[in-house]
Amino acid sequence: MSVSNEQVRHIAKLARIAMSDEEIERLVPELNNILGWVEQLGEVNTDGVEPLATVIDQKLRLRDDVITDGDIRDEVLANAPEAQHGFFAVPKVIE
Amino acid sequence: MSDLTAKTIAELRDGLRAREFTAREIAESYNVAVAAAKSLNAYTVETPDDALEAAEAADSGKATGSLAGIPLGIKDLFATKGVDTTAGSHILQGFKPVYESTVTANLRKAGAGMLGKLNMDEFAMGSSNETSTYGPVLSPWRRKGSNVGLTPGGSSGGSAAAVAARIAPGVTGTDTGGSIRQPAAFTGICGIKPTYGRCSRWGIVSFASSLDQAGPMAKTVRDCAILLEAMAGFDRKDSTSLDLPVPQWEANLSSDLKGKRVGIPKEYRIDSVPAEINALWDQGIEWLKDAGATPVEISLPHTKYALPTYYIIAPAEASSNLARYDGVRYGLREVPDGGNLDAMYAATRADGFGAEVKRRIMIGTYVLSAGFYDAYFTKAQRVRALIKDDFRKAFEQCDVILTPTAPSAAFGIGETTDPLAMYLNDVFAVPASLAGLPAMSVPGGLDGQGLPLGLHLIGNELDEQTVLNAGLAIEERAGFAAKPDKWW
Repeated sequence: MSVSNEQVRHIAKLARIAMSDEEIERLVPELNNILGWVEQLGEVNTDGVEPLATVIDQKLRLRDDVITDGDIRDEVLANAPEAQHGFFAVPKVIE
Repeated sequence: MSDLTAKTIAELRDGLRAREFTAREIAESYNVAVAAAKSLNAYTVETPDDALEAAEAADSGKATGSLAGIPLGIKDLFATKGVDTTAGSHILQGFKPVYESTVTANLRKAGAGMLGKLNMDEFAMGSSNETSTYGPVLSPWRRKGSNVGLTPGGSSGGSAAAVAARIAPGVTGTDTGGSIRQPAAFTGICGIKPTYGRCSRWGIVSFASSLDQAGPMAKTVRDCAILLEAMAGFDRKDSTSLDLPVPQWEANLSSDLKGKRVGIPKEYRIDSVPAEINALWDQGIEWLKDAGATPVEISLPHTKYALPTYYIIAPAEASSNLARYDGVRYGLREVPDGGNLDAMYAATRADGFGAEVKRRIMIGTYVLSAGFYDAYFTKAQRVRALIKDDFRKAFEQCDVILTPTAPSAAFGIGETTDPLAMYLNDVFAVPASLAGLPAMSVPGGLDGQGLPLGLHLIGNELDEQTVLNAGLAIEERAGFAAKPDKWW
């Protein structure tokens, strides 16, 4: 499988990264080179093999359903590029 | 008083206890050395007062932990309260966490101070420290008779350069696919990545969460054991943290390997690797035999598929993890004139991420996208299961595995421009990462150009002790004492 300019433009949109036509042009062969290389995994017979998601076998712990944090609004907002009235502020969403 | 920056952490600790020098003298020696080494570009932030404060606490008897009075360098991936934490990325410039990572909090609890934050590849994506927004780190090492600037490896490049240049006695690193071990090999120092889950990932900027592990880098195997003991431990705040007691790795160090079997994986014998590296590997086998171990040939049949597997799984996880950089909650924000929220996301991420990070986000987004998920991501997870199983079978035949750490010595800055060629640096390191196993690099010798080469030990799950012990056996026999000539 190889990707086209159009597909790369679509991936950039999905990834929310603005890209110029030149950047797209440059990325197409780079991505195809990498994708062509990873496709060698097709040689491996993985019939009946369960996908590995947890590398060291352990149970996912559940914690008690109690409040363990909170009351730190100012700390949460401390690094915000723009905070107003105790909230994160963003450009207008609804036209 | 001899040069305190030449001493190991164990020597500093023992010297402090014997009152041969004070913690303040240690901190001051290092602060001076750090300030004089700016040309290496190893530190992104210097925190001399932090080191002095911890020294004060040690000298006054207030701090009594295993690292009381020892100043350390901290990779810029670890959140440090009130101190810039940027993961080497423009998108996080100016970010001052309001909290401390569990690993650095553990080190502080043990009495350590901080000399500063260490430069790294952006979001730990790189093998040369060239992708940092702060520019490359220069290795203190140079080829014989050459002034060409060399990379210290990556992504923990600032960490490795700092130990090699003696501007930190020990440092934290992180290893997703070799980022502790390859730079340790390039700079003639030791570094260990423990079993996945030993060190809490809480407060470490995420790259690929199923692979990311913190670990120490230092002059010696013993120093790595001391640091790892302080860094590791169960943490409720990391759902993959192992709920196990921390072993006494330092107290149990022993280079007597009688009865131990050392696995030599035949698939790691690659023709394109320089003969010097394979010769050092053979020498390493002899050293371990001398320590009492028996070499056995083993097979890890899926080795050649480890790198392509890694380059699906790691970018996929990264594309998901790095979605949080949206210009809303922290870090950079770019809003084009009259732009809406979507335009802000796209502009912020376009400006904030560097080329390699964008490349990996794009790959990751693609392999996770509708129609390709099973063909790429699920397939890679299945191959990862086979790679893990290769190791499970191998450890029925052996107790520890010996390989070279990297397929080359350090290369020059700007010499490797093809992304795929760069990825091949981690060909020997990545399989252990995919399997979550403890692995370590120790210096073995110098190549013909006078550059360090490392030997790589991979242990079974939770068996850091055998890795450290085999590392110690090599360290004692290699007698690696070479130091870079000071030019910085």
